[in-house]
Parts: sequence; structure tokens; C-alpha cells
Amino acid sequence: MVSRCTMSRMAVIQVRDLRKTYRVVRKPQGLAASFKALLRRTYKDVRAVDGISFSIERGEMVGFLGPNGAGKTTTLKLLSGLIYPTSGEVSVLGFVPWERRNEYRRQFALLMGQKNQLWWDLPAIESFRLHKEIYEIPEEAFLRVLDDLTELLAVKDLLEQPVRELSLGERMKMELIAALLHSPSVLFLDEPTIGLDVVAQAAIRRCLREYNQTRKVTVLLTSHYMRDIEALCDRVLVINQGRLVHDGLLSDIVNRFAAYKVVTLRFADGRMPDQFGPVAQVLSRTPPTVTLRVERTSVAEQAARLLADYPIEDISVEDPPIEEVIAQMYSAGIAGLPAEEARDVVTGRP
Amino acid sequence: MSSRAVRKYAVVFKVALAERLVYRGDFFVATFLRFLPIITTILLWRAIYDGAGRDNVGGLSFANMVAYYLLVMVVRAFGSMPGLSSGIARDVREGDLRKFLLQPIDYLTYLLALRAAHKLVYYVMAVGPYAIVFWLCREYLPALPGARSLGLILLTLVGTLLLGFVINCLLGLLAFWFLEVGSFLYLFMTVQYFLSGQMFPLSLLPDGIRRVVTLLPFAYETYYPTLVLLGRMPAGDIARIVLVQAVWIVILAAVVRFAWARGLRRYAAFGG
Repeated sequence: MVSRCTMSRMAVIQVRDLRKTYRVVRKPQGLAASFKALLRRTYKDVRAVDGISFSIERGEMVGFLGPNGAGKTTTLKLLSGLIYPTSGEVSVLGFVPWERRNEYRRQFALLMGQKNQLWWDLPAIESFRLHKEIYEIPEEAFLRVLDDLTELLAVKDLLEQPVRELSLGERMKMELIAALLHSPSVLFLDEPTIGLDVVAQAAIRRCLREYNQTRKVTVLLTSHYMRDIEALCDRVLVINQGRLVHDGLLSDIVNRFAAYKVVTLRFADGRMPDQFGPVAQVLSRTPPTVTLRVERTSVAEQAARLLADYPIEDISVEDPPIEEVIAQMYSAGIAGLPAEEARDVVTGRP
Repeated sequence: MSSRAVRKYAVVFKVALAERLVYRGDFFVATFLRFLPIITTILLWRAIYDGAGRDNVGGLSFANMVAYYLLVMVVRAFGSMPGLSSGIARDVREGDLRKFLLQPIDYLTYLLALRAAHKLVYYVMAVGPYAIVFWLCREYLPALPGARSLGLILLTLVGTLLLGFVINCLLGLLAFWFLEVGSFLYLFMTVQYFLSGQMFPLSLLPDGIRRVVTLLPFAYETYYPTLVLLGRMPAGDIARIVLVQAVWIVILAAVVRFAWARGLRRYAAFGG
């Protein structure tokens, strides 16, 4: 399934057959069962990451896609050394993340959109100064990077304001600055634009792109906003139920996984058929225009038939929106993936 | 630690100072209110001494007894760590621990720097109210210590602070194993209130029990340092107390490190 698992020597991030199984306590329902559970706990093994391999080279910006609970955040936590894997190998910049060596920690950053690192009651600049010491950043480098970033994100005059008084967007920009201050060469971003308005999202995207281009920073990014991914990443990893189902170009997702195309027809004299056959489904009908969803394999044949039978003024064939394809990938359980396969291994324990 | 690393925690200290100074408001009044419960205790002891018909209970005069409770307040200002264990528990439970694992900084040393800053701000703020209360109660208190024993006394108080720190760290780290430690902390505080001699001087305990209780670190956290402040101890004894404090600090710090390392593995296993 994985189309790209070459382990080149240039790779900054190398992941081989990574697995993480969480053991969670099962909470039984009902009073009697709860009492029983006090004596005899049942555990459930959740395979959050189930044998994934990939490698990312220096300066790449890779999107990490998948539905909630697919294993994206777990993978990012493994790569940043917050958790230990059940099995498998990871090397980032030549380090094993979960050893948490200071040399490694000075070279990467993990930014989680829903967690904050800044001191709530202090101006952001105080937190930045603290970061400067924690990461042992030289004064000139600190001032230069801070200047660049505050300029880029237009938050220069907010530095002295207590963080709690900032808007969500402003705060997120400050969080991003905090994550970039020590000039990390690897950046993990988990939903960096979540909850932000369009303008703030665009500002953060612009900053990330510029930063990636000027400094050759390697970025692995998850986002629910497909626009983030489209704007920033050529390559995407798609993960579902802990397994990698796609590793390649974003545009390839559509070619590989879209089962249909969207065909829009405009009929010349208002004469149009009532039925379009079993392989075409009507999405909308506003004479003289009809939008159809046609199975990929029969698009050419259908179009030819319609063009022959009716006076058609205009025809367009488009791929469905990528969000839809991906949503469909998730819900269908991609071919080759054992769907609800024994995911819940229940073990009784004394 | 390298000088850069020391600098790191010095800046934590400085930033924490700045943050603390933001909250000042009702601090002055609150400090006075802390002395209120002592009044009840003192009235109770007045009745006990009157009932006994002599000015000696467990080797302490009534004035000594009043002084003991007042000085316990001073020692507690060093040994008590409000919010430390519950703060650690919260960081573990709510995942705020994460940033300390991501950044090249040690969580426990960071907490110590933070606490030192909080304490310093507290002393600066509280010195006024304390001075007023102690002036009002001056007839009960022993003479001020000479410059020579002042050094040893300060050392004992630093020992108290560090002991309080490691004990509370250990309690907080329990959150790695138990999701909800609030009620346990409450229970512990109550027991500690007794074992450390905050409730009454440990010399009042029957011999057998006293011998056991005074072996525990809690006695060295509050009871003995208070006796040192009472000025009823030769320098040699003070030095012994400082030494025992140091031994307890080293032992408990090692346990804290061990619990931290084991706890992290567990934390990681349950999702980080």
C-alpha cells in the first residue's frame, strides 16, 4: 500500500514499522458491572499506530491527513519523544526522540493548536526571553529572529501586552513565534490554525511557507483545513486506523481514490433527458444546466453518448473536491484495509 | 550544572518574580488573617495552664507555648508549598507536563526555581504583617538571636524549604499512578499537621510515640526548626538538625527522581 518507503541517507525523519498500542481501562456500564470492575479490571488494547513507515527529507513540507483518532497526533508525539513506541524505529536528525536528549530538543518544536506554552499573565516578550534562556539562544540571533517573525506576523506592537488579553489569532501567532524562536530544523505542527479566522489562518500559512523556504526547515503538519495542506504541502501522508494508506502527491489522492467525476452539462435548447442511466447520478438540475456524478470508468462513454443525442452547449468534467474524496476514503475503509478487524483485543486481568 | 544551565533557571526565577508581583491586592489583609486561628489555640492553652496550676506543660512555659505557635508560622512560611503537589498533579492530568518534555529544561528544577521566586515575593510582602504581629506579642517571644546563630538558623530554614519541596513533589508525582489525588493530599496534610508538630509541640507526646515521630522527616521540616527559632538549643544541636535535614533531603530527592523517571514511562504509555 505504501508507495514510498525508500530510506535515503538524506532523510531527516525516518520511521520504520512504528507501532503504538495503548492499553485503556474499560469502563463498564451499570452499577453492578462497575463494582465488578473494581475487583477485576478489563483492558482494551487500542492500536493507535499500527506499523507505519515513511521518510522525510530535509526541507520537505509534508501534510499529515486522517480522520480523528487515526493516529496522527500519536505519531507526532512519538516523533517528538513525548511517548514511547510499542515497537519500531524512529530517527529524527539522527536522534531517537524518546531519549529526549537536550541536543535533540534544541532542534525541533512541536506546536499544538489547542495547547499553549506562553505564560498567561505575562506579556509574550517575557515568555520569549524565557525561551531564549531555555534554548540557550544567543542574544543577536534571538533579536533577529524575533524581529523577522513579529514583522512577518504583524504582532510587533502586541509583545508587551499580557497574553491573556490577546485574541485567539494573536495568541496563536505568539505561540508560533515561541515555537520558531530557537530556529528549529524540524517542526511538527498539530492543527496550527484550528479555530482561527481566515485572515489569521492565511498569516500563519504565509509565515510557515516563508520560514520553510528561507531556512529549509522540515515540516510535518496536520490540519483539518484542507486549504492549509493545499497551500503548504506537495506531499501528503494519509493515515487511517493507524495505517498509512497514501504517501505521495496531494493531487494523486484524487486520481487514486476518487471513484467518480463531476460532469456539468449545459443544454442548448432546454431539451434535456429525464434519466441519465445507472452510472450517473444527478447532483443538481437547474435548466438548462445539469450537474452529474459519473463513475470514473464510464465518463468518456457517457459524455460521448450525451453529446451524440443532445445539442450540448458546454460540458465540463471535474474532479470532486479533495475534501470529499478524503472523507469518502475515511468512511469507506480503503480497499486493502481490514475494516473493523479485531481492533478491540479484550483481555481480562486479575 | 553548567553556568548556562544555571542561568536558565535564574531566568525562570526572574520571570516568576515578575508574574507574582502582578497579584498584590488583598495580600496584606490575608497575611493577618492567617494568624487568627492561633488566637483560639492560645486561649485553649491558657485554660490548660490555668487548670494545671503551674507554668510548665511538657517543659514549656505559657510564654514559650505562645512563642512556639507564632514561630511555627515563620517556619511554615518556609516549609509550606501551597499548590505544589496539586499543581504537579494537574500538570500530569491535563497534559501540561508536555511542554517540559519538549523543551530542554528539567521540570523539577524549574519548579524549584519557580517556588524560590514565589517564596521570595512572599517574604518581602509578609515581613510587614509579621513584624506587626510579633511586636504585639513581643512579651512572649525569646530575645532576638545573635549574629552567630543567625547563620545556622537561616540554614535550618533553607533545609525546611527544601524538605517541604521534595515531600510535596513526591505527593504530586503520585498523580502518575492515581488519577485523582485531591482527597489523598487532604488526608496527608492532616496527618502531616500532627506529625510535624504544627498541632502541638512533639515534646508533649508520650515517650514511645515521640521517639518514632521525631525520626520522621516531618519533625525536621517544622518541629525542630521551630525549637531552633525558640532559641532553646546549643549550636551543636542545631548543626545536627541541619545535618539530618540534609540527609532527608538527599534521600527524598533520590526517591523523587526515581518516581519521576518511572512515572514518565507510565505517563507515556497512557498517551502523553
